Amino acid sequence: MSGPLAVRISGAEKSFGGRPVLAGVDLDIAAGEFVALLGRSGSGKTTLLRVLLGLEQLDAGAALVPDRRTAVFQEPRLIESTRVLGNVLLGQRPTAARRDAARAALAEVGLEAHAGAWPSTLSGGEAQRVALARALVREPELLLLDEPFAALDALTRLTTQGLVAELCRRHRPAVLLVTHDVEEAILLADRIVVLTDGRMGLDVRIDDPAARRRDHPAFTALRGRLLAELGVPVAA
Amino acid sequence: MTLTTGPSPSSAVVPDPTAAVVQDGSLVVAAAPEAAGLQPPTAVLPTARPRLVQLVLRVLLPIALVVLWWWATRPGGWVRPQVLAAPGQVWTTFADLAGSGVLWDNLSASLQRAATGLLIGGTIGLSLGVLTGFAKLGEELLDPTLQMLRTIPFLALGPLFIVWFGIGETPKVVLIAVATAFPLYLNTYAGVRSVDRRSLEAARVFGLSRLALVRRVVVPAALPGLLVGLRVALGVSLLGLIFAEQINTTQGIGYLMTSAMAFFQTDVMVVCILVYALWGLLADLLVRLLEHLLMPWRRTHARTRAGAR
Ligand SMILES: Nc1ncnc2c1ncn2[C@@H]1O[C@H](COP(=O)(O)OP(=O)(O)OP(=O)(O)O)[C@@H](O)[C@H]1O
Ligand SMILES: [Mg+2]
Repeated sequence: MSGPLAVRISGAEKSFGGRPVLAGVDLDIAAGEFVALLGRSGSGKTTLLRVLLGLEQLDAGAALVPDRRTAVFQEPRLIESTRVLGNVLLGQRPTAARRDAARAALAEVGLEAHAGAWPSTLSGGEAQRVALARALVREPELLLLDEPFAALDALTRLTTQGLVAELCRRHRPAVLLVTHDVEEAILLADRIVVLTDGRMGLDVRIDDPAARRRDHPAFTALRGRLLAELGVPVAA
Repeated sequence: MTLTTGPSPSSAVVPDPTAAVVQDGSLVVAAAPEAAGLQPPTAVLPTARPRLVQLVLRVLLPIALVVLWWWATRPGGWVRPQVLAAPGQVWTTFADLAGSGVLWDNLSASLQRAATGLLIGGTIGLSLGVLTGFAKLGEELLDPTLQMLRTIPFLALGPLFIVWFGIGETPKVVLIAVATAFPLYLNTYAGVRSVDRRSLEAARVFGLSRLALVRRVVVPAALPGLLVGLRVALGVSLLGLIFAEQINTTQGIGYLMTSAMAFFQTDVMVVCILVYALWGLLADLLVRLLEHLLMPWRRTHARTRAGAR
């Protein structure tokens, strides 16, 4: 795929206390592309995301990101002292139009009735959906997701995954989704990259939509490949 | 086992002998052999006593103390009036002082001093606390010095302030300001420091300016600590006031007290002490009211999620 880029990371290096975590990461993400980032625990996925968010500085290399970028973290990270609507509007001057947009975003995640609630009264899944509305209301060019479904129960996870897929199809941001779940990656992403030993080890594009069906042989094959790259032995 | 919720009006249901029926909101288990030994879950939280009983329990000890006071100071009791005035006498003195306006004049003079000092000291303590808690540079620059100054007992500064500022209002107000600045500083600083770093990062990601960050995220999250600081500050402001008003004053509750001391008027002294006590009580009430008003998110939290998380 060629066209405008949403992210360009080249030669990114970062170490903590002398221990390299990112050792020359290269990654280009096209505008509107949905990329899933896999990697073992501690491989530096969150670190890479934090670099793109400006929360962490690279030791070497460069990262280029668009202006409008938002994030959903592993936990909702709502501001407790601000009602749900205020959280969705966070950082924006609350004009009437923006309020309407925020309400619409809440409606999209099925929470319009909770606009006036305090975050502490929400359930875990509801809070995470508010975080999603907050990230999407700005219509970002780049959406960064750090295991946004990890803290959800299996059922809420399924519905929220569907919601994210749907919203991303509609708003078309470039997405970088960090996940541990290989199947989730295959189901949602256009492209899957694996971070291994501080570099991009594997980079596969999912061109065939059939590969997203769990019962399709292509699905099983891809799953096996990814798990092997992650160092998990699978019975073929 | 089937569960029926209340009788169904449309059809005559033959009662199932093994059914548990909800009656008046509580689960009544009918004699079912397989449910023998089971019982409805008992509430883990202690049930609240009726309000009236609560009130009686609360005032029991204070009333007993007043009765003891009255008993001890009655004519021919163990305590002579020169040592401690009787409750009746204290009440008449209070009525006299209040009626002639003496009490109010002195009280308003004291209140004004305390309020001015608290306002100045509080503003300084609060701003410094936010500054040092939030900005690394502020912390490095100011905190060590402030921590050092904090260890000076503020009452020891009284005489020095009189030398510096004369004998008017200034040394008193400055003393109270110094006394209140530190508790507010310390608690604000701690409160700001304890702000959840992850919410801060999220707010930053969503483009909040530094000022908005302080106003929307940092200060609200630091409020509990800040209010603890205010509570302590109100306490020490009273302490500073009492100390300041005992030297070189012509007005104030402290002045009333010192002049009463010269004439062994224990009734006036007791009135003053009670005024101080009431003052402290009201100040505490004020902070609690502020807590309620300033932190609505805690209110709902406590109501809907008490003990849930
Ligand atoms: N602020 C920090 N100080 C020191 N070490 C850090 C810091 N942040 C991350 N690390 C280290 O960098 C490595 C990568 O961390 P990172 O959070 O990016 O991993 P991850 O791939 O997101 O893992 P997980 O899947 O478990 O979330 C880890 O070994 C971690 O200990
Ligand atoms: Mg991580």
